[in-house]
Order: sequence, then C-alpha cells, then structure tokens
Amino acid sequence: MINSSLKQLGQQLASKQVSSVELTQAYLQRMTQLNPTINAYVTIDEDKTLAQAKAADARIATGDFGPLTGIPLAQKDIFCAKGWRTTCSSKMLETFISPYDAHVISQFDAAGAVNLGKTNMDEFAMGSSNETSYFGGVKNPWDFDRVPGGSSGGSAAAVAARLCAAATGTDTGGSIRQPASLCGFTGLKPTYGLVSRYGMIAFASSLDQAGPMAKSAEDCALMLNVMAGFDERDSTSVNREKEDYTRGLAALTGEQPLKGLRIGLPKEYFAEGLSADVAKVIETAIAEYKKLGAEIIEVSLPNNNLSIPVYYVLAPAEASSNLSRFDGVRYGHRAAEYNDLMDMYMKSRAEGFGAEVKRRILIGTYVLSAGYYDAYYLKAQQIRRLIAQDFVEAFKHCDVIMGPAAPSTAFKAGEKTSDPVAMYLEDLYTIAVNLAGLPGMSIPAGFAANSEGKSLPVGLQIIGNYFDEARMLEIGHAYQQVTDWHTRMPEGI
Amino acid sequence: MQWEVVIGLETHTQLQTKSKQFSGASTTYGAAPNTQACEVSIALPGVLPVLNKEAVECAIKFGLAIDAEMAPRSVFSRKNYFYPDLPKGYQISQFELPVVGKGKITIQVPATKSTEAYEKVINITRAHLEEDAGKSVHDAVEGMSGIDLNRAGTPLLEIVTEPDMRSAAEAVAYAKKLHELVQWIGICDGNMQEGSFRCDVNVSVRPKGTEKLGTRREIKNLNSFKFMQQAIEYETQWQIETLEDGGTIQQATVLFNPDTGETRAMRSKEEANDYRYFPDPDLLPLEVTEADKARVKAEMPELPQALQARFSSEYQLSSYDASTLTASRSLADYFVAVVNAGAEPKQAANWVMGALSAKLNAEEKAIADSPLSAVQLAALLKRIADNTISNNAAKQVFEGLWAGEGEVDAIIEAKGLKQVSDTGAIEAIINEVLAANQAMVDEYKAGKEKAFNALVGQCMKASKGKANPAQVNELLKAKLG
Repeated sequence: MINSSLKQLGQQLASKQVSSVELTQAYLQRMTQLNPTINAYVTIDEDKTLAQAKAADARIATGDFGPLTGIPLAQKDIFCAKGWRTTCSSKMLETFISPYDAHVISQFDAAGAVNLGKTNMDEFAMGSSNETSYFGGVKNPWDFDRVPGGSSGGSAAAVAARLCAAATGTDTGGSIRQPASLCGFTGLKPTYGLVSRYGMIAFASSLDQAGPMAKSAEDCALMLNVMAGFDERDSTSVNREKEDYTRGLAALTGEQPLKGLRIGLPKEYFAEGLSADVAKVIETAIAEYKKLGAEIIEVSLPNNNLSIPVYYVLAPAEASSNLSRFDGVRYGHRAAEYNDLMDMYMKSRAEGFGAEVKRRILIGTYVLSAGYYDAYYLKAQQIRRLIAQDFVEAFKHCDVIMGPAAPSTAFKAGEKTSDPVAMYLEDLYTIAVNLAGLPGMSIPAGFAANSEGKSLPVGLQIIGNYFDEARMLEIGHAYQQVTDWHTRMPEGI
Repeated sequence: MQWEVVIGLETHTQLQTKSKQFSGASTTYGAAPNTQACEVSIALPGVLPVLNKEAVECAIKFGLAIDAEMAPRSVFSRKNYFYPDLPKGYQISQFELPVVGKGKITIQVPATKSTEAYEKVINITRAHLEEDAGKSVHDAVEGMSGIDLNRAGTPLLEIVTEPDMRSAAEAVAYAKKLHELVQWIGICDGNMQEGSFRCDVNVSVRPKGTEKLGTRREIKNLNSFKFMQQAIEYETQWQIETLEDGGTIQQATVLFNPDTGETRAMRSKEEANDYRYFPDPDLLPLEVTEADKARVKAEMPELPQALQARFSSEYQLSSYDASTLTASRSLADYFVAVVNAGAEPKQAANWVMGALSAKLNAEEKAIADSPLSAVQLAALLKRIADNTISNNAAKQVFEGLWAGEGEVDAIIEAKGLKQVSDTGAIEAIINEVLAANQAMVDEYKAGKEKAFNALVGQCMKASKGKANPAQVNELLKAKLG
C-alpha cells in the first residue's frame, strides 16, 4: 500500500477497500518506527492527524470527496497550520503555534487531505542539505550517512522512505528539485505566482514558490491541482483560470507519444562542475526521450554561471528584511535576560538564529547598505533580467529544457558544512530557474554508484516555459510510463 | 546681519479608508489595544501585504487637487529599521518612485499689523503612500512598555514641500491650507488631536540675500497650528542666536515642548539609521492609468481653485477675495448660500470675509456653527442695498442677529436704525450744520477738500447716523456750489 500511487490510494479509499483512518495509521506506525532515525518530521500530532482522517472518512461516506480526500500528506514546516507548531526548523520559532492556516494548508484541508505532520527543513529554508535545521539533520533513506538535500529535506526523506503518500515543499533556489534528485522522486517547482505564498514563511519573497513532492509526475499533477490557484491575499499570485494538470496524461500512449517535442540541452549544464556518473545517467535519460519521439537541440544559457552570485545577493537581501519580524517582541524566541531594548533584540536574535541564517542576514544587510546598494543589489537585479532573457532566447528554439537537477548524487553529512561556497554550488542548475520565475521539475532518471559502490538516485531536471506545468508533467509522465525509476524505493526500510 | 528662515514641511495625513493600507483590519480610532490588529498587522510569520485600492484613490484625488504630475507606475519599498511598534521590522513606503510627483498649492498669508495679506505658491515635491506604525504605551503596565498595534498599517499619505516658506506665518498658512484641502477632497478627517494630520517642519536659517541653504533641524510631530507657529519662531530664533554667538547648527531631529515653548534635539542625524530601502518584492508596482484618474476625478467635488476661478468670473471678485472664500469648503458653501439668497456678491464677500470671519475668530467658532445663517446675512445685506440702513447701522443689526435678537427687519425697527432718505429732512440738517460751521465752509471754498468730509461727518452726527450718506454728499455739494 505504501508504494501505491495517489490515484490508486484514492480508488481504494473511494471503493472503501481501506479507510483514511487505516491508511493514516499505517503511515503513523511507519513514522513511529522510522522517524527517530530519519528525522524527517519535526512535529507529529497523532490526535490532530487522526481527527482529520476521521473527518475524511465521513466525507467519503457521504460521497462528498475529491481525489485527495483521506490521503495522508506531509507538510513542510514552512507552512503555517492553525493549531500546529510551525517552526521553520528554527529555535526562533521552536514554540510558535500558528493561529492561522497558510493558503496551501487550507487548500489541502478543503480537499480533505490528512496532515501527517510538519517536516524538517534547513532553518528558514536556507541550505541544500538540511543540515542547518535546529532540530538536526535528516538521513537520506538511500544511505543514512548521506544528506537528503535541502532545504525541503524532511519532505524529501518522507516521500523517499514512504513516510507519507506525498508531501509539500518550497523552492527558492532548488529546494524541491535538488532533494528530489538526491532522494529519487518527482518534485515540481511551479511558475512563480502559481501557488499562493500566503502563510508560507518568507525566505526570499521574489523567488519562493511552493510545489508538490511525490513519487510520480501523475501524483504531482494531482497535488498541484489542489495547490495552484489565485489567492487575493498574495499580490504576486497570478489570476488565471484553474487548470486540471492531469488532463493530458491518459492520452500519452503509443510508440512515440512525445513526437514533435523539442528538448533543449543547455551546453552550460554539461560543462565543468557536473560529475561524470550523473552526466551518464542524464544522457541515458535523454536517449530514452529520443525514443519517445523527442528531438534534441543544443541551446545556450550564457549567463548561467552568474546565477549563483546573483542569487546570493538577492536572496539574502530579501531574507535580511523578511527575518526582521523575528525580534522577540510579539512571538518567537526572546532572550531570558536583557538590559534594554537593543540588548533584547541582539540577544534574542543571536540565540534564536543559527549560523547560516546569520550569515545570510549579514550578507543581505551589507548589500542593501548605503553605498553598496548600487554595486550589489541593483547590479544583481540587472543580471537577473539577463538570466531570464537567456531562457526567453532558448525557448525560441525548444519547448522544454533538460539537464541535471544537481551536480552530483547525495553527499555525506558534514562533507560541505565547513565550505559554504561548495554547498551553494549544489544549486548550480536550479537557481537560474527561480531567478527567471520559470517552472522546473526533477524526475528520477536512474542511479549512479558512488565511491563506496552504493547506488544513489539521480534526477533529470525539466524546465518549462511560464505556466507550462501541464505539459511538463505530461513529459515526465511519458517517461515514467516506460521507466520504473520512480517506483524504486530504498531497500531495508 | 539680516537673517532669512527657510522652511519646508512633511505632513503625514491619515487617509480616511475603512481598512488598513495593506490588510483588511479596521482603522477606527480609539478601540481597545490590539483589537484591530489582524495577522497582517501583527506581522505573523508568512503573512503578506495587499494594497488597499481606496488608499490609492485618495492619493490620486490629492494628486488631481494639486495639479500634480502622477507616476503611471510607482513602487513600494521597504524602509528597514527595528522598533517595537514596527511589527515587520520594516515600514512599507514609497521611496524612489512616489505615486504623486511635483505639484503646487497656493496659500493665503493673512495680514498682520505691519504687513499686508498676500498669496504665495508653495511647490509640492512629492506625496507618497505608506503605512503607519503602532504605538508604544508606557503607562499601562507597571514597569513595562506595552505595544498597541491598532494603528499599525493605517494608511498615510506623506506630503512633502520644497523649502519654499520664509516665515512661521507662511508655514502655518500652508499647513492650514493643506489641512483644509485634504478635508475638502475627503481623504483625511483632519483631526489633529487624534494624529490624523501631523506635521514635521524642517527649519534652517541663512543670511538674507544668500542662496546656500543653512543646516536644517527637523521639528517632529507638531499637532496644532499654534504649536507650529511657536515652535518655528523659537527654533528660528535659537538658530540665529547660535550662529551669531559663533556656534554651528548640527543636523538634528528636535521635539517641541508646548509647556516651555522650546525645541530640543532628540537625536542627531549622525546616529540615524541606514534604512536599506529596496523595492518590496511582496507588492507589484502600483499602476495609475488615465482612466483611473478620470474615474476618480468624476467623483471629486469641485476643487478650491476651480471654485476660485468661478467666483472671479461669475461674481467679479478679486483673486484675493476668491481665494480667501475658497480656503475651506464650509466657507465657500456659506458664501454661495448668501449669494443664492439674493445678496450682491461683492458685498456678500466683504461681509463674510470681514465682519463674519472676525466674529467667528473672536469666538473661536467654525463657520458651520455660525449663529448667523446665510439667509439672515443676505437679508441684512438687502437692507443695506435698498438704503433702509447704513453700513454702520448694519453692524449693529449684525450684532443683534448674532445675539439671536430676531430677524433683520425686527431688529432695525427695535433699534430705530432706519436710514433717513427724506430730502427735506436732510436739507434741514445740512442748513443747520452749515450755519454752525462757517469756518469749515470758508476752508472748503478756499480749496481744502478735507473740509468737505468734515462737514459730511457733522451732518451724519447731527442725524445720529441715520441720514443716507450718499444723499448728504449730493445735497451738500449742491449747496456749497
């Protein structure tokens, strides 16, 4: 059952072969058994979860239900959920109970989904290995010595270890796609503005976007159907008609279901920095797409090498301001003793934030300071437009862009913690997509053996044009019809 | 040395919207602390701002009212600083691209004992939308400071002038004019006690005749025109004395203490924050189209300057009279009502601006609370026009009306103020006066024009003020040949 697709689970629930309570209990039991080791969840509240499962069963009994009613999901702890502790994996919010629901949470509530708990993450989503979490690292289910990626590391491990049917994540510079690659599942970062950011604790507002993390493209489509949609409480939410992201999936049959599809391969994605074993997996996957009827075209994203420096100016700038509200005055951590107001601010923030968060607040404050703003922030904004323009040019020649989602397979815990720049390079292939506001996804494309001979998952990244999520999911789904990477799960758990 | 004071104003006007600048929370004044603080006002993790369209309309109204350049696209920025009553750790404001650009406001500076009244154009630099902070409350909880976030997020329009004013009187005249204007167009209730209209005044001095601006000090949060006048006068004097004593002025923010009448520096600009402004990524740029402007314009009342032009052309009033009468909507409405009740416009203007305004000022009454109705004033003016009473007698009737002694004709009757217009009676008086003042008659005949006026005065006195002065003039002239 734990390896079933969302569609299969939905059918079993609808036909009452299994109840939501039974399904939920199965996951809760698995969580009790595995979470102490994997540390995917930071907050579990069985009573709340089971109450939702019961409510879902009641809905199913009356016939008032949808595809996700009764399905147990994991929620990244960046989403405010009413009555739930919502921490962003920070000491700053260790005891914060949200009095309101994020838009994403209320969408899943309305759909009748069950919340299994809040998942671990890099503190305030700042990190690529989940090692900056105040609640400790998360184990990669494929190799417990290794990281799951980040920042959505808890959701990633939960999906990979089948500690949930599917999960939510957020992606500011690759935080859905890189963990999806490292943990071997399907993760989609939608076009900026497709999913409301209301109630999602802000890291870098102009880049943050929530998306689904699930076993398959089809599962992601079902999740996105619930998550996407206009929300007037988010001014950057785009007011466009609701889509059914599953609408084209069934038609992808026959020899060459992707005939006519033009896939662009950016030469910059296959240059220095990409490990050979990952490159090989990606090439094999591209060959598979050729068999499905696609045409391969070389494209160029000449400014891609600037995306990391630009990101590490803009994201910290926005973060330094976004995190100013955590001042110990109204909620969150406040130092036990202090002399005056300034002392309270300094002690509360010094104690409440971890090292990576502090580093980014410092960088962000610096680049916005008088005398530096033009040289850093303004310059970075200009280059951001050039990076976006690269994609506009590329999409004149192709329908989607493909490449790796991460430069290597999962690395060992502690391997990159002392070298922030090496850690930042993890997002070499993902960050430009956020800077341009485009949708990107990672699908399991195979395995590469590491130095110790262990097989670790590799993700193929698919980058689409604005609001082209339905097409991207179709392209992922077509591949998943002829491969079984997405059904593999770690042995022994 | 002769000194010149240079003054510029920044005024925070609280916009009369139902909800806050970036959230749906209510803006009603005076509620129990933190009862009007929604999740956005408190800045809970994850909340986002949504621009209040009503506040944007207020800004457009103001832009139209001062004939300003308006940005088709303006940007909201974050002004970053820590303060307990600033929940997000930043204020959303407009920095580089404000919604309202350059405009003009014409002020009327009233006459003083030594100077004539005059008009002056004050240039507006910009007006931008922003949100207010909450309040720190220091006396509610023993030994602690409390935070009330009811006001946090209240929409403000900050209106900034060029350093165009050269006296406390000009600054106050500008502030009063602006105060009337924002109420006229219905964007601000003007309540200074509740903080709906707060002025920061930048003051510097320089030797008269020089161009270079002196170092300015900013007087913060003046909430009455009287205090503004006092504060500027004190500050100006202090700066002049400091410079004359060989000192220098440090740029600073100062507070006015109404008890002592003094200004005192609260912090010097050196210690000021670097606000790290940058465009707020949570908000899209604000777009104001020609259609938006046209729609707002259609809903606006006739503006003071339009009304002023109409008063000049329709009623042949001088531009000073027309602008004085349009200083406030209530004053203009009253004047129009007097004219509509049959009074001659010029005469109506003189009485509304003269006797009525003086009386209202003396008794600190607003024109809306005048005990004398526009209809009553028009009836009084009619009796002057038809020669029933003289101007002097009219003043007594005016006092009677003010005191509620009845209607115009009844008061004239009761006080016996009816003017004598009977030629025979007036001639008799003139004959008496001429007989008794032969010396004056001789002077007049010797060419002294003044003597004629003295004779008229004698005739009026002899008639106890009731003789029609025009007739006296005419008959007297005829008699003296």
